[in-house]
Amino acid sequence: MSRTWAYLSNYLVYSSMALYALSFIAHAIETAWAVRVTTEDSKKNMDYKHTEKVARIATAMMILGFVLLFAGVVARGLSASRVPWGNMYEFSITGALAFSGAYLAALRKHDLRWLGLLVSIAVLLTLGTAVAVLYRPSAPLVPALKSTWLVVHVSTAIISGGVFLLANAIAAAYLYLDRMETRGGRTAWAKRLPSLENLDQLSYRLVAFVFPLWTFSVIAGAIWAESAWGRYWGWDPKETWAFITWVAYAAYLHARVTVGWRGRKAAWLCLFAGSTFLFNYVYVNIWGTGKHTYSGL
Amino acid sequence: MSQELEVPELGSVGLLRYGWRQLTSMRTALILLLLLGIASIPGSLIPQRTQNPISVGEYFKNSPELAKWMDQLFLFDVYGSPWFSAIYILLFISLIGCVLPRTIEHFHSARALPPATPKNLDRMEHHTSWPAQGDELEKARDWFKSKRFRVLEKDGSISAEKGFARETGNLFFHLALILVLLGISFSSLFGMRGMAILNVGERFINTTTSYDSLNYGKLFNEKNLPDFALTVDKFVAKYNLVTSSPEDYTLDVKFAKGDLTQSELRTIKVNSPLKMGNTSIYLQANGYSPVVTVRDSKGNVAMQGPVPFLPQDSNLRSIGAIKVPDADPQIGFVGSFVPTYARSGAEGAVSVFPEALDPRLLLAAWIGDLGLDGGVPQSVYRMDTSKMTQVGLKSLKPGETFTYPQGSITFEGYFQWVNLEIVHDPGKNFALLGGIVAILGLLASLFTRRRRIWIRVGKTVEVAGLAKNAAPGLDVEMAEFVAKLKGEK
Repeated sequence: MSRTWAYLSNYLVYSSMALYALSFIAHAIETAWAVRVTTEDSKKNMDYKHTEKVARIATAMMILGFVLLFAGVVARGLSASRVPWGNMYEFSITGALAFSGAYLAALRKHDLRWLGLLVSIAVLLTLGTAVAVLYRPSAPLVPALKSTWLVVHVSTAIISGGVFLLANAIAAAYLYLDRMETRGGRTAWAKRLPSLENLDQLSYRLVAFVFPLWTFSVIAGAIWAESAWGRYWGWDPKETWAFITWVAYAAYLHARVTVGWRGRKAAWLCLFAGSTFLFNYVYVNIWGTGKHTYSGL
Repeated sequence: MSQELEVPELGSVGLLRYGWRQLTSMRTALILLLLLGIASIPGSLIPQRTQNPISVGEYFKNSPELAKWMDQLFLFDVYGSPWFSAIYILLFISLIGCVLPRTIEHFHSARALPPATPKNLDRMEHHTSWPAQGDELEKARDWFKSKRFRVLEKDGSISAEKGFARETGNLFFHLALILVLLGISFSSLFGMRGMAILNVGERFINTTTSYDSLNYGKLFNEKNLPDFALTVDKFVAKYNLVTSSPEDYTLDVKFAKGDLTQSELRTIKVNSPLKMGNTSIYLQANGYSPVVTVRDSKGNVAMQGPVPFLPQDSNLRSIGAIKVPDADPQIGFVGSFVPTYARSGAEGAVSVFPEALDPRLLLAAWIGDLGLDGGVPQSVYRMDTSKMTQVGLKSLKPGETFTYPQGSITFEGYFQWVNLEIVHDPGKNFALLGGIVAILGLLASLFTRRRRIWIRVGKTVEVAGLAKNAAPGLDVEMAEFVAKLKGEK
């Protein structure tokens, strides 16, 4: 029974990869066409009727991929009768799910389709690495992980991570476009991307939205550590980097709200804060020492 | 006449005031906050004494010069170092200096009424006007009331304000951080943390001498150790048959409180410690203690009992030392215990499963001076064989005896041992409370918008609004307000 679920999970993850790949291709075509339309018809300016259909297909593929990946993550959990967050393979497929989920959720309110190319390739790379390098057979949890707090702590950490990375992608886009504008204006294809001010606001709102969740995740982790390891804070490398990420985002929020940083400086600070999260995920999980060594590698 | 430039005299009070203003400025707080983040990086890359003393020891062994130099900079004790403490103490002083005046100010402004309606509303944002019908002021009053605005009504105009929760939440968030820090300091001053290794069947009475290691805070009083005793009744470890990884540890203890007359059966698991007020008992590790009987050449028992061995890998191959200082000459055994025995070409005896399915005790017997009388502390798991000579090697199954010229040793069987960590942490509930308040405060401050709305009714109705911090959403609210006044919807 458990084996069937594990196999099913693998098939679902592979299928979702195919869909994300299709979504990537559709996004790439859409971007390429958009470039041609704007360069040939620069007088007519901004006519995207040709590309609208392709863009819709790209988003539809992404939604389907998200649904299949969601099913894959659930099946992985069912195969071991637990939440699917026991090793790094499972963290990665859930992280990819959270990232594309954050993008799709933000897409409902904001015009973010231009970011789809980046999101689909990032998800594809994450899933590829997970399947090829990080894969481990489905197995029960070690005793320290058997706790309700696993659900609370890890799910909030993964969701926060997904949104942080989305804010990072937008901040990076800001810096790129900002440089383009100071060097003589946006090129044709970049004209359809949102204004700098919009990007600036959007990345701030994402961070402000998810910062309390991240705080909650760290506190939930501390409560769990108190019951599993006998102390709520021990400067374990993972805890230290979670703290650094928290401090960096706290500084970012203060810089914006109180000191009034906008634009370039704020975007750099946002990128820095996001990279501490990534570092924690990659470095501490794989090469780090300490108590958070559940990668299974 | 002096040619010196006239420098305005600051004076010591002025200097202090200047320093205080600098320290409590937002800019300084921000720099200190970032500095705190950066300062905690080295502790995550360099091994720390509190977490990994063995790796620190290796640093000292491999490059003593560098390690000594690093140690002087407290790089092995980053989180207890003066420079790390300096940063966070400065940050918290800065925080207090920033938050307290703001709390007082906020307290006053929360009780004050909103400022009067400005004269020229047409200069404000979201301004609209239309001919008056007559009942607008009443409608506005109702609307403000239903939306819980604070209002000031004067000369046919209303000035309404909402969103104080933003600053309230903000202040609570920062005050809660101070509470967290106080909780942590309280724990480290009045707390204690000790370890004890117990074989199954053994009894532990909570006195300082019962611990294998014990650390406590500067203000902890030994008399505050709660009265309890426990006996290790049963320990069951379950392992995955394929991967050898542990699936469950369950420890049953007979637990007696107070005068120790009544005992009850309690279970301790990895994620559920035994709790008693602010004291908790955690199951931290486990292993095997081979039980041996050592006899001299005449057959007299020189030593008998379980000896805890230290696990080396996930299959619980364990090493240890059996020391018999009372024998003459002194005798000792360097041993290795494998719970499930197998032979591997390169490594010799290995364990292939953590449960004791086919246990072996491998021994090297040594005769000579154990070096225990010199006063130099020795690890109980290791033996200094520099003044000893080896007299034999043997692998034993349970029940077997190894006889060497000076006597014999019998491997009687084994016990499992558990490592209990007993923690008294009186500040953790303050820290938890601080954490919860911090999140609530954060939510209130990030998701509340502070704004003012004005209305003046004369021949025409004029409305306008102002959002602080350029918070979005006021346009929607104003549209709703105007629709209500016009009687639409």
